[in-house]
Amino acid sequence: MAYVIVGSCVNDAACVDVCPVNCIHPTPAEPGFATADMLFIDPQICIDCNACAEACPIDAIYRDHDLPDAMRRYKAINAELAAARRS
Amino acid sequence: MMHGARKIAVVGAGPSGLYATAELLRRDGGVNVALFDRLPVIGGLARFGVSPDHAQRRRMIAVYDRLAVASGRFDFHGHVDIGGALTHDMLRRHHDAVIYAAGASSDRQLGIAGETLPGSHAATEFVGWYNAHPDHAHRQYRFDHERAVVVGNGNVALDIARMLLLDPRTLRKTDIADHALQALAGSRIREVVVLGRRGPAQAAFTAPELLELCEQDEFDVIVEGVEAPPAAMNGDALRLQLLDELRRRPARHEKRLRLRFQASPTEILGDGAVNAVRIVDNELVLRDGVVVAQATTRSEIIEAGLVLRSIGYRGVPMPGLPFDAAAGVIPNRDGRVIGDDAAPLAGVYVTGWLKRGPRGVIGTNKQCANQTVRAVLDDLHGGALPACAADPDDFAMLLQRHAPERVDHAGWRRIDDHERQLGAAAGRPRIKLAGMNALLAAAAAPAVRAA
Repeated sequence: MAYVIVGSCVNDAACVDVCPVNCIHPTPAEPGFATADMLFIDPQICIDCNACAEACPIDAIYRDHDLPDAMRRYKAINAELAAARRS
Repeated sequence: MMHGARKIAVVGAGPSGLYATAELLRRDGGVNVALFDRLPVIGGLARFGVSPDHAQRRRMIAVYDRLAVASGRFDFHGHVDIGGALTHDMLRRHHDAVIYAAGASSDRQLGIAGETLPGSHAATEFVGWYNAHPDHAHRQYRFDHERAVVVGNGNVALDIARMLLLDPRTLRKTDIADHALQALAGSRIREVVVLGRRGPAQAAFTAPELLELCEQDEFDVIVEGVEAPPAAMNGDALRLQLLDELRRRPARHEKRLRLRFQASPTEILGDGAVNAVRIVDNELVLRDGVVVAQATTRSEIIEAGLVLRSIGYRGVPMPGLPFDAAAGVIPNRDGRVIGDDAAPLAGVYVTGWLKRGPRGVIGTNKQCANQTVRAVLDDLHGGALPACAADPDDFAMLLQRHAPERVDHAGWRRIDDHERQLGAAAGRPRIKLAGMNALLAAAAAPAVRAA
């Protein structure tokens, strides 16, 4: 299981500040932040702590099991963006 | 308000002003912040720019508003026109520092013939109209024709296309302005053409907006000309993949959105009002490492009754402050406003779109505001700014004299509550008050009249 950022993300990055395992990218310090369409969570590192979901000012972070139907694809999108970053 | 604290004024209560306010209050327990806006509400483009069907993004207003209020060192002064009735000098004299976060309220123009014909309008105005902005609520648009053309293909262009194509029953579930809901319910528009001068790989819209087009089931999306997506996954690849997916879909709805790439308008045609747009096909060429559009000789006429230009916002000068007209920003270094001699103007700062130009999403302004706030606090504590000795009572009198219809934070809260209650009574998330008189009346009187 992991948390998932969905498309309403506005790149506020409040989630980045509270993530205890630094699994949310790009961070404001990383290249690509200024032009990122959205932030994403690396599901291989996420520890399901819920801190990001609480910090998000617009409620754009869901536990993967709780994703609304219209946002289901963001689980794969987070995973793919994370895999692309790691490679 | 804390006695003896340093006083910072923030001008503009949109995302940039809210981020600057929250960061100032968080970083320094010894400052008071006074947030000003020329409108009686907090939110700026989060309220008046964000699309009604994206209202989730508006939640940042309440979050940062609440953070500011919780500090106990925050005041809101709405419906105060800084640079108008209350000058920059008055504001500066009564504060240790002033941060301008007034955004970019004007728009870029196409510079082609026919642009001023009735039926050809700025996206900024149209967006303000359907979001109940007091400056734009009175506008009227014609929907008694079947096709609209939106010039530019950023997220705002797609917002507009959705507003023009979504079923009124869907729009009713949003906080779209009542007058817009009514006007659009009678719309005969069946097709919206969104023009991008370059190709899909250079398009300004983001992947989530495309995914949203994939997920909706109210209108077709026709994509003209998409190359196969590259294998490596990144933001651009995701966009191309989603465009490809849209392109493969069979048409099944009565209404459609056409994403037309590599085309630019050259003339808006009409006799007394818009009835068509002449466009030219572009080819893409690489110039200094940048993909640019170059017009070919192939042109075409697209019939349309409404043309909306959505090619960017533009900052407007603040009276009494320097302005870089070419860039549409206030010249600055790391947020410190600089004068003609390139020296900083003591105690004057800028953040957000007015600082760096109209680019980025809501959250981009947080990093931008943090940089400006660092500059303010460094100057405040590094001795660059002498403590403001002005008497707070004098400023209160100045406000009273120059902004007698000022709306304080309690007034804004009454507007907010009132709109939510109107919405609840109608089964909608919120019904925005569209006129300045209605906003001021709600700010003054809390009672909601029974429907």
